Amino acid sequence: MNSILQVIPLNYYVALAAILFSIGVMGVMFRRNAIIVFMCIELMLNAVNMLLTAFSTYHGDASGQVMVFFIMAVAAAEVAVGLAILVMIYNNIRTVDINELNKLKW
Amino acid sequence: MKALIVIALLGVVTMMSEVFRFKKLLLPLVVVGLLAACGLAIGDWNTAIRYYSDMVYFDNYSLAFTSLIIVLTLLWLIISKGYFVSDSSRAEHATLILFTLCGGVIMTAYSDLSMFFVGLEILSISLYVLASSNKHDLKSNEAGMKYFLMGSFATGFLLFGMALIYGAAASFNLVKIAEYVQTTAAHGQTPMFVYTGVLLMMVGLMFKVSAAPFHFWAPDVYEGAPTLITAFMATVVKTAAFAAFYRLFSTCFGDISGFWAQTLAVISAVTMLTGNILAVSQTSLKRMLAYSSIAHAGYMLMAIVAMNKISGGAIFLYATAYSLGSLGAFACLHAISKYGDESIENLKGFAADNKIWAGLLGVIVLSLAGIPPVAGFFAKYYIFYGVFQSNFTWLVLVAILSSLIGVYYYFRIIITMVQPRSEKATVLPALTGAHKALLLISALLALGIGIYPAFLQGLLS
Repeated sequence: MNSILQVIPLNYYVALAAILFSIGVMGVMFRRNAIIVFMCIELMLNAVNMLLTAFSTYHGDASGQVMVFFIMAVAAAEVAVGLAILVMIYNNIRTVDINELNKLKW
Repeated sequence: MKALIVIALLGVVTMMSEVFRFKKLLLPLVVVGLLAACGLAIGDWNTAIRYYSDMVYFDNYSLAFTSLIIVLTLLWLIISKGYFVSDSSRAEHATLILFTLCGGVIMTAYSDLSMFFVGLEILSISLYVLASSNKHDLKSNEAGMKYFLMGSFATGFLLFGMALIYGAAASFNLVKIAEYVQTTAAHGQTPMFVYTGVLLMMVGLMFKVSAAPFHFWAPDVYEGAPTLITAFMATVVKTAAFAAFYRLFSTCFGDISGFWAQTLAVISAVTMLTGNILAVSQTSLKRMLAYSSIAHAGYMLMAIVAMNKISGGAIFLYATAYSLGSLGAFACLHAISKYGDESIENLKGFAADNKIWAGLLGVIVLSLAGIPPVAGFFAKYYIFYGVFQSNFTWLVLVAILSSLIGVYYYFRIIITMVQPRSEKATVLPALTGAHKALLLISALLALGIGIYPAFLQGLLS
């Protein structure tokens, strides 16, 4: 398993994960379509998953990969709830644009 | 651990009540189960056992917080009967509340970052549903959506931080991470991964505890969610989040506190000032309480900044005092906002109608404001004292200043309450027995803790 890290050094994985994570963050902050925002959150979590797998291989320690399974399961549960909330909102206002959610303001 | 198992099983059993038709037994079952869980948690006192190859660690710290959040849930159940009888999904509501509590217990007792993550998500996912549980109210939908987006966004940061810490320490176990941080810090060669990881985890946790500048979701969510759920979020959930925050930083990152303590001190000062200043201009009592809870988050962050011998006890005492005060205030808000109008003007004439209960509300508000001799004052005193010992004098000065601002709007509640009712105002529904009971209990406890605060503080010192 270590051979793959000899071909591509660990730093590359960290950089790629950081870039993917940043794309996710930018997407959450600037996209207004709720579905795309969900996708960007998934992108953030998957960046983390990739980073964990790389570290797990690097350390030769399985717990990082177990954590990936936790994250995948929890992310699935989370997005199921999120989509349910979205469907509920769509039934009420017929749009998934989160700018329309502006009833609560100070 | 037994308490955790009881709560999780209770959640599953309540879920079955819809299928097996014992809905009438729902509330008694929940109350009995929670009492048993609380008893089991207190029975484990001074045992400090690590379970499942050190996944969870029930030491006195976690047992104290576990008992606290169970007791708070029980108190919360007093006023929340309406939430469990009115519509068809009452079994789900009870289940979700229990699962939230279950996640909260894991968050107070984790000894492994993966358990922390799982606990946090059990708590959060249940809360996303609860916050949007008022299906036909667009405000509640919006609150649920905002909470979901902000919550999962914060989880992303938290996980990235965890991954970096894992990359450096090669373990998720708190003890091993602490050893690693200690050895590398002793040689002055803490790797960049640890610093970045700590920062990212701090950002994630500050989202969760609604500290400025990551607080903007909190007022909206607190206002939009059903009042009872807001009360639950502001007390039980906030307590659990702080328990987790303090546990992580006190166990693992104490040795590199030079790196994060200053940052956290500034954030705590900004949080309490933001919360208190914005609360002054609110006209809705619910939103005012939301900002007040942000301000209190700032005070509790001070205990994490101080991180010395007395801060564990101090944060426990503060969480207790704050949660009791908030529960009482939310009970009152719930009683007067039957018609969906949460304006503070509704309180006019409250004192004339219910003399005794207005007095008790006064005691609770004084406790939140931190006026002696009520619990809130001593809670603040211990927190400030700890911070002072850790040489953050400027932070104590800022905290005292912001408490003075806090006194202004808390007293506005009392002043509005004693004013005569305006002519055209609708007559408010009378306080129900449940609201009276909760007001009485929280006011008495606030007074009792005020008379003898050293007991709660000494539990964890």
